[in-house]
Amino acid sequence: MRHLLSTADLSKDEAVGLLDTAAQMAATQSREIKKLPTLRGRTVVNLFFEDSTRTRISFETAAKRLSADVINFSAKGSSVSKGESLKDTALTLHAMGADAVVVRHWASGAPYQLAHAGWLDAAVLNAGDGTHMHPTQALLDAYTMRRHLAGRAGGLAAPADDGVGADLAGLRIAIVGDVLHSRVARANVALLHTLGAEVTLVAPPTLVPVGVEAWPCRTSYDLDATLADWRPDAVMMLRVQRERMSGGAGAFFPSPLEYTRYYGLDARRLAQLADHAIVMHPGPMNRGLEISAEAADSDKAVIVEQVANGIAVRMAALYLLMAGDRSAEGNDL
Amino acid sequence: MNPGPALPEVPEPDGTTVLGASDVARALTRIAHEIVERSRGVDDLVLLGIPTRGVTLARRLAERLAQIDPAFDADACTGELDVTMYRDDLRRQPTRAVGITRLPAVGIEDKTVVLVDDVLFSGRTIRAALDALGDLGRPRAVRLACLVDRGHREVPIRPDFVGKNLPTAQSERVRVRLAEVDDVADAVVIAGRDGSTDVRSTR
Amino acid sequence: MSTDLTMGTITYVLRGVRPLGGDAVDVVLADGVVAEVAEAGSATAEGATVIEAADHVLLPGLVDLHTHLREPGREDAETVASGTRAAAVGGFTAVHAMANTSPVADTAGVVEQVHRLGQQAGWADVHPVGAVTVGLDGVRLAELGAMADSAARVRVFSDDGKCVHDPILMRRALEYVKAFDGVVAQHAQEPRLTEGAQMNEGVVSAQVGLAGWPAVAEEAIIARDVLLAEHVGSRLHVCHLSTAGSVEIIRWAKSRGIDVTAEVTPHHLILTDDLARTYDPTYKVNPPLRTAADVEAVRQGLADGTIDIVATDHAPHTREDKDCEWGAAAFGMTGLETALSVVQQTMVDTGRLTWSDVARVLSTAPARIGRIEATQGRPIAVGEPANLTLVDPTATRTIDGAAQATSSGNTPFRGHELPGQVVATFLRGRATVLDGAPVAPVDGVVSAP
Ligand SMILES: [Zn+2]
Repeated sequence: MRHLLSTADLSKDEAVGLLDTAAQMAATQSREIKKLPTLRGRTVVNLFFEDSTRTRISFETAAKRLSADVINFSAKGSSVSKGESLKDTALTLHAMGADAVVVRHWASGAPYQLAHAGWLDAAVLNAGDGTHMHPTQALLDAYTMRRHLAGRAGGLAAPADDGVGADLAGLRIAIVGDVLHSRVARANVALLHTLGAEVTLVAPPTLVPVGVEAWPCRTSYDLDATLADWRPDAVMMLRVQRERMSGGAGAFFPSPLEYTRYYGLDARRLAQLADHAIVMHPGPMNRGLEISAEAADSDKAVIVEQVANGIAVRMAALYLLMAGDRSAEGNDL
Repeated sequence: MNPGPALPEVPEPDGTTVLGASDVARALTRIAHEIVERSRGVDDLVLLGIPTRGVTLARRLAERLAQIDPAFDADACTGELDVTMYRDDLRRQPTRAVGITRLPAVGIEDKTVVLVDDVLFSGRTIRAALDALGDLGRPRAVRLACLVDRGHREVPIRPDFVGKNLPTAQSERVRVRLAEVDDVADAVVIAGRDGSTDVRSTR
Repeated sequence: MSTDLTMGTITYVLRGVRPLGGDAVDVVLADGVVAEVAEAGSATAEGATVIEAADHVLLPGLVDLHTHLREPGREDAETVASGTRAAAVGGFTAVHAMANTSPVADTAGVVEQVHRLGQQAGWADVHPVGAVTVGLDGVRLAELGAMADSAARVRVFSDDGKCVHDPILMRRALEYVKAFDGVVAQHAQEPRLTEGAQMNEGVVSAQVGLAGWPAVAEEAIIARDVLLAEHVGSRLHVCHLSTAGSVEIIRWAKSRGIDVTAEVTPHHLILTDDLARTYDPTYKVNPPLRTAADVEAVRQGLADGTIDIVATDHAPHTREDKDCEWGAAAFGMTGLETALSVVQQTMVDTGRLTWSDVARVLSTAPARIGRIEATQGRPIAVGEPANLTLVDPTATRTIDGAAQATSSGNTPFRGHELPGQVVATFLRGRATVLDGAPVAPVDGVVSAP
């Protein structure tokens, strides 16, 4: 792997390999000594053009657990906010000898540009770009699903060995909410399809992108029917940005109350889920809007575990991108 | 141990078989006896195989230890130790897959740990294994068993139990074939003697 | 017509050329006009420069109805001088300079300045386009009459870059310009439907996560405007048509006898929104690149005459405005130096247009829409002004942005191999381009329409 830019670039073998590596990383994180010497002497730059303390800390923890040096380069309070261009920033990081750049950016495609414009020869790891992709989020989601559900399609027993080596064949995943603006949804649809799962997107029509018909998934405007008739193994609730309901004539739905009534995961809908089904959310949650407190705190919710799995998945990604001889890596992922 | 159907002998096309299946079996039996002797019994003894073939060899040694002394619980006292993330040569090669580390059920704290590998060469793998072990706990003692010692050490490491000392040239490669892993009869093969063939080492 | 000081001293014999792609002849240029059209190999002229041009196609000088010269205000991206030099290299003898400069060309003063800069540069006739509304703000009509009466004789009015979206303002503009036979050139973009939009809305935008720019945002404005033009009996010009639906609406409007003309850019004839997958802002343009089906529809529209002209929408931008994130980059691509080649590749080499048609869509028709048909887009005949373009259609060239005459490098054809090479361009008998390279105008030479 040369870069990790989009889950659409991952083959099934690569995706399963990434999850398996994450499983080994996770195993090291239950030990007393969590730190591995693997990336000693290597430098990871966290380049954040958009605030996200949670994601930055997760990457920073992952890099430090692998003994890499971490430099946090935030758009806030640095030359970036004074108008330094992406290009100049890239050239600076190149001069600093960064081995990997973890980039979060408000602009879709910025990580792709960093990887391909020739400004920088470091590995580029997309930590979320605009409304495009968030590959490590999708990988940690898939990792979490695999731990709980691999081989469960059709109600078989829970997976042995946390599902190592397995894909997600036959699982049914419902992704509910603001698909239009969601990099998490895009990243998940591509990865889940590659891993053999079936996906149904559930959203009001205003929050489904034009062109969704080319995505490898189904769409529905009816959450109740999806839960009752399709019987998902996992329900992933997407965060609804408050700004989506302002803007007067341009608002995407009439009111928070109406959104919750049709698309919120509340106690009643939670009770409809199969016994083995899990509830996911990429965080941070709007309790009472897309997810009720009952759902968020229920036994089915794996939301806190998703955060922990995020570190293992990011360790795996950093390991696979940085540990080996990069000149020998042909694949651009 | 179920010997199963006889597996075909598949010698290296350009190699010389230096140990056959019965030689391997004899060497392992001898090592097992030496371990018991040196440790004055099987109490607090655990085996850790280094993937891939070291894991198989550790399992075979454990079975022999249990035959020597039924007090030895082969399943509970055998594990595997992946050293990939501790290697010092990661940057020199394409990315390696991270293997599985599975500690024995009885743990390693205050135990006598015997590391088991197939071929001892530069010693760097064992150096990495010692680092990995240090992060996992604090054994009372650590010993090293290997099926073949081919010399050319690059770090001050020396085995405690050796199946066969095999003088080799740096350019030669030594391959260990094990029935469980390779689907051929057990063998140790040395190749590239004239230096003209491929010079990959086995580890 | 003012006198070119060099007139009468430079005579050219174009030997073996094929006017509009027809039979080979010799064409003699003298005193700024076509002096003689003779049997191939027969013409001689004392002291003339002879250009051996067997199999080269001779076209009337190309006329661009849609050029951004950036001066005044963004001289770092392009100047009137550099932009018109690029025009000459591309075979153009006249360009219409869009009004979205800084200050905006919304007064007689600014349009006269741009006009004068064009004369001083001497590469091509520069016809300023006047803004429809003050400051392009879409609120109040600019002084259209004053611009029409100025030395620049403005006949084309446009807020290009922005849409005249207020329907009553658009109606007033359409009506008002009738007094001086002007035309409103509409940049059709419904602003509310395109807030924050980055690329064509469809399968690709859904995948790459860039905000979508729906075809309907263009089509709704065109539909409204053709109905308005019909109602008030005005003529309307639609800039850079980019969707199949837009072609359909124009076809319908023309069938009803509405006085509408339409243009397509070279890039919309060949490039698709698939290029957004590269996130290379070179491909970010307004209106956005559309789908392959839309490309086919605009080619068809151009072939059957629904679309009247090809106009470049040459939009130079500095490196800083393009070497950045797609979302932060400026809209636009350069086009003057590649337009003819793109038309050849997509329309001529495919058999959909003849060279005579090319003369129509790139010279005669735009000159007529811009009301400069007295001097540009003329027939190739004795006595006509020698505004001519000589093309070698058998040549191929690989585009190198850095080597172009324009000041900006944002060509979408960087590295592409395109057919056809402009060998020479003549502005009133004087060569502005010879052997494919610009020929600097002699100091003090003033060329005026
Ligand atoms: Zn425009």
